[in-house]
Amino acid sequence: MNPLIPLFVVIPLAGAFLIMIIGRFIEEFNKYFTSLILLFMTCLSFYFLFTTGEKIFLYKVGGWEPINSVPIGIYMVMDGFTVIVVCIINLIGFLSAFYSISYIKRYTAGNYFYALFCLMIGGMNGVVLSGDLFNIFVFLEISVISSYALVAFGVESNELEASFKYQILGGLASFLILFGIGFIYWKTKTLNIADIKAAFGSGYNKTSYLFIQILILSGFGLKAAIIPFHAWLPDAHSSAPSPISAMLSGIFIKAVGIYVIIRLFFNMFMISEGMAILITTLGTVSMVIGVFLAIGQWDIKRLLAYHSISQMGYVVMSVGIGMILLSRGAKPEIASLAIAGGLFHLVNHAAFKGLLFLNAGAIEYTIGTRNLKEMGGLAKSMPVTSATSFIASMSISGVPPFNGFFSKLIIIIAAVMAKFYLLAVLAIIVSIITLASFLKFQRFAFYNKSDNNKNQNIREVPFPMVFSMIVLSIICILLSLLVIPEIRDAILTPAINVLTDPAKYSTSILVQ
Amino acid sequence: MIAYIMCFILFLVGFYGLITRRNLVKIAVSLSIMEISTFLFFTLIGYIDGGVAPIVDPADPVKIYVDPLPQALVLTAIVIGLATTAMLMAVIIRLYRKYGTFDIREINNLRG
Repeated sequence: MNPLIPLFVVIPLAGAFLIMIIGRFIEEFNKYFTSLILLFMTCLSFYFLFTTGEKIFLYKVGGWEPINSVPIGIYMVMDGFTVIVVCIINLIGFLSAFYSISYIKRYTAGNYFYALFCLMIGGMNGVVLSGDLFNIFVFLEISVISSYALVAFGVESNELEASFKYQILGGLASFLILFGIGFIYWKTKTLNIADIKAAFGSGYNKTSYLFIQILILSGFGLKAAIIPFHAWLPDAHSSAPSPISAMLSGIFIKAVGIYVIIRLFFNMFMISEGMAILITTLGTVSMVIGVFLAIGQWDIKRLLAYHSISQMGYVVMSVGIGMILLSRGAKPEIASLAIAGGLFHLVNHAAFKGLLFLNAGAIEYTIGTRNLKEMGGLAKSMPVTSATSFIASMSISGVPPFNGFFSKLIIIIAAVMAKFYLLAVLAIIVSIITLASFLKFQRFAFYNKSDNNKNQNIREVPFPMVFSMIVLSIICILLSLLVIPEIRDAILTPAINVLTDPAKYSTSILVQ
Repeated sequence: MIAYIMCFILFLVGFYGLITRRNLVKIAVSLSIMEISTFLFFTLIGYIDGGVAPIVDPADPVKIYVDPLPQALVLTAIVIGLATTAMLMAVIIRLYRKYGTFDIREINNLRG
């Protein structure tokens, strides 16, 4: 029992409650309070990052001990993989909240904004920490409903339309997930992930097992916007306020989509080759199609949103290659390398995509448009935005000194070593097209000479926005240190061990 | 078994409505129908023929009890479903004020 674990859920939920009550009486309370609690949780998550290692921490909600080694309470689990995702959720959450201190002046109703923001963070932390399938669903709905409201926060026609689409597809996804959870409960009579693994281990019906897997994959795939399910993402992510776009694209689709898919398919289901090939194919398709959809966009935030689909494709493809190798039982070290590349890219993507959306927000804040054709020559008047967005653009397109290069390199090396040459070539081609589309972004936004003179008196954005962007760009550079073996062993290797050794996860939870 | 099949048919009815209807409110209603079918499925899982509510009676210990857990889960899911529907309806009302129509074909600013 580790009593610190539930704080990740309790603090944001209590924060949302307090903001709605105290925020009515004290002006400006909401802004600083949200940043403060998120800063505290960031420190807490980094404390866990350095202490967790190979251990698995457990918290039994309500103190319900297992009876005859059958878990009856709700478990919250903190292991090597969870802690990485918790860290990026709280870090990007803190920086977005700090950024919003200035950005929120565009909107009224700051209390609602920050309360929903806290609810979303609490929901995502809950999804990631939960070791219980139905609890995942409940926290997923908490975060998803607050994100519906946040997407529609501007209440203009575009925002409402995007939110409507998002709600219909999100609702469909929720029912598919609930249907899947119902089936699992029917077949195993338990909801604890570790216990389900043990129950499936003692024999199952092949047909219903496959049906459950398809239900879960399509439900969480809809949340993660993998290609056949991606229709809502560009609308929702481009219509939301920019700090929220950074949250949605940077961490939301990972925490409630990719994370749960990886967790369930590695630690709950038996890894089967057919499913692994399906996941790899979905990842490859979204990687390729996402970038082709992105390159024609002229709206900055839509361009970035389509790139999110493409970059998530890298993560899913790489993890899928690891699954294929694990299911064949051959070359476990190459499987570990592929999964390491996927997780590394997941962390990197949170940093640079969050930064890019904050840059887009800064541009929109100063010149009031998102259309690339109406921009130009911003490099002189907005030096910090220009420099940070250059770092982020180079990171996402995989140019050497930055973090994106190393994760893509690991993914490509793993694909070549696993003899998936086609996937390696596709990954390189997609990377080059990404570079092209970000050069277009850089040229039209910052370097192109603008025709009109209205850009003369543009100034750099206020301090909180500048601060968040600078911190994220430093993180973008520092994350490339993860490629050094000692640091990788301390942070990434525990996560990979949890995923590649499924028996360890379920036994060590059931024993405690 | 027939109850499960009816439940699946209800799901398909909702799905059909979701795909074919053009009216925003009807889409929301279709989504609710799908939701209800999922809840029905969940409660059916815990049902046992001849079972009674799981209240232990020391005088008569050999009763068959239905599984109470799915019922508790469905209660939670109904509350969540209520929140989702309320949110959806709020957005639909706002959309009607902006566009003056419920027809989804005329609400098409975002594309590409």
